[in-house]
Amino acid sequence: MANVALRHVSKRFGRVEAVRDLSLAINDGEFVVLLGPSGAGKTTTLRMISGLERPDAGAILIDGREVTQDPPGVRDIAFVFQQYSLYPHLSVYDNLAFPLRSPARRIPEPTIRKRVEQTAELLHITGKLGNRATRLSGGEMQRVAIGRALVRDPAIHLMDEPLSSVDAKLRAELRLELKRIQVELGATILYVTHDQVEAMTMASRIGVIKDGELLQLGTPREIYENPSSRYVASRLGTPQINFLPASLVPEIAMPAGAETVGIRTEHLMIAAANGGGIIGRVHRVEHLGDQNHVYLEYRGETLVTLADAHQPLQAGQDVELKLVHPLYFDAAGRRIAAAVH
Amino acid sequence: MTAAARSTAHSIVEASPRVKAFAAAVVIFYALVTIAPMLWIVATAFKSQSDAIAYPPKVIFQPTLEGYVNLFTVRTRQTPDFIASLPPATTWYDKLVRKHDMVIAGPSKVMPRFINSLVIGFGSTFLAVLLGALAAYAFSRFRIPLADDLLFFILSTRMMPPVAVAIPIYLMYRQLNLTDTWTGMILLYTAVNVSLAVWLLKGFIDEIPREYEEAALVDGYTRLQALRKVVLPQAVTGIAATAIFCLIFSWNEYAFAVLLTSGDAQTMPPFIPFIIGEGGQDWPAVAAATTLFVIPIVLFTILLRRHLLRGITFGAVRK
Repeated sequence: MANVALRHVSKRFGRVEAVRDLSLAINDGEFVVLLGPSGAGKTTTLRMISGLERPDAGAILIDGREVTQDPPGVRDIAFVFQQYSLYPHLSVYDNLAFPLRSPARRIPEPTIRKRVEQTAELLHITGKLGNRATRLSGGEMQRVAIGRALVRDPAIHLMDEPLSSVDAKLRAELRLELKRIQVELGATILYVTHDQVEAMTMASRIGVIKDGELLQLGTPREIYENPSSRYVASRLGTPQINFLPASLVPEIAMPAGAETVGIRTEHLMIAAANGGGIIGRVHRVEHLGDQNHVYLEYRGETLVTLADAHQPLQAGQDVELKLVHPLYFDAAGRRIAAAVH
Repeated sequence: MTAAARSTAHSIVEASPRVKAFAAAVVIFYALVTIAPMLWIVATAFKSQSDAIAYPPKVIFQPTLEGYVNLFTVRTRQTPDFIASLPPATTWYDKLVRKHDMVIAGPSKVMPRFINSLVIGFGSTFLAVLLGALAAYAFSRFRIPLADDLLFFILSTRMMPPVAVAIPIYLMYRQLNLTDTWTGMILLYTAVNVSLAVWLLKGFIDEIPREYEEAALVDGYTRLQALRKVVLPQAVTGIAATAIFCLIFSWNEYAFAVLLTSGDAQTMPPFIPFIIGEGGQDWPAVAAATTLFVIPIVLFTILLRRHLLRGITFGAVRK
């Protein structure tokens, strides 16, 4: 376990700028999640830290030691790949032992056995050690893949969407488990995903990345409540944040320069229409059980929000919309702090 | 399942019983056609010389090991008086030979020739697969300048029959003192086979995801260690198929063997016709030699059969 830092790292592939001037510091024992769409440069960032790619510019430091030009093997890193993480020709035991058996490490076999068994216990796969890697269910495979990283005690664990290929139920399970293990071991993890739920639930800090640039870095709460831009605001929250042009809601007081109002579900209260205020029309109501998905029409724009399942809302009904501390953005999409309420 | 249900149950993917029976018939017929000459050769090896050339051909005959004895020995013809003056024959093969007024003078050259074939065949196969795997891996994984042109060049060495370059190679080998040596023949067959090996293996290695080696690299293995521990075990199907193709070529090769070997390094293909000349038309001995010649290929193929069945689809289906 160690601190890992990226300093002004850039990488391009031909004409594509995969990562642009990215700086990031990961503290010992931290679980940092890079959140972004595919092609944002998340995987390239991981690959540069691991040494599988060389950055065009910038430096990578592990525990204060510059490793930018070092080959992957000497960096003391564990990497969990999105796919193909297990060797199909080896048993589960040999898969887990593989990183320890590296000729560079020369760990005696009894020690390896102990480490593998401990890891298997941690992941609840002790009974599967003798199986061939291909004879596992998807969840077990992913557990073993994570186990391959945990069996060592590397400076940092890099994980590239390790849960993206398992089904939703299992993903939720493994999410919890991964977080539990990380806390238990105090491991340093840099985790890459496009799934906001994974980011919100596991991260100590989230880095939102887009087009090779790190847009914002902060705790899940900071990123959610204080997004620095329209884009960051749109990455988190379900249903997605609604954006209204400021000109459509002249009724509310806005800070200077605000061009767009960002309205999350919790910023929007729906009340029975009684004359004044902002009036919208209910377009459609979807029952989710405990809650309703409500689609509202407001001056040609559609707003999506959640409402209490017991609130009597009908399609076609006019309702009054109240905005509570919404977010404001300028013309360039940058966040403008609201005036103190 | 009842008979009625079976007759009406039609699956789109599974062929109907009639189609299956037809397919089986075709396969069996083809197998018989290809195996029949082989069986005839195996049988001929156990015939006496007169049975072997009998007309109409004899299917039922008195088996004898004369063919094998003749193959493995050199014999001299003696007068019956001389044979009678010898001490009585001690071994079954001595007795067999004396019936024809002959005495065994020593072992024939078949074993050295057979060993030549084994060394040259398996040696060149091993080298071709090894070099092919390394080159295929490099082409598959690294950005090599002019990779496509190089691959085409490698393929182009196959575009003419190897015999077309026989004379230059003969002259070259004479200069280099490589004629009639194991080294020379192994190098030659390796050179011919390596192009096939590169192309076949590249297809297989392309299909192995890079992540496997990258994981090994991150885990502290070097490139070569990752190749050996991760890539090659997964390419075993392709390696088996490639090895069989290479072995069959170098094992059967005749033209270069005739041209470049005459003694020390002579392989079986040019040797077998010689047997005919040594003491009349000794077809049983030829058949025995042919049987012996086929055995290693059959064993090798059976050994790798499991991999070959999957490998022959050229990596179209993996796992």
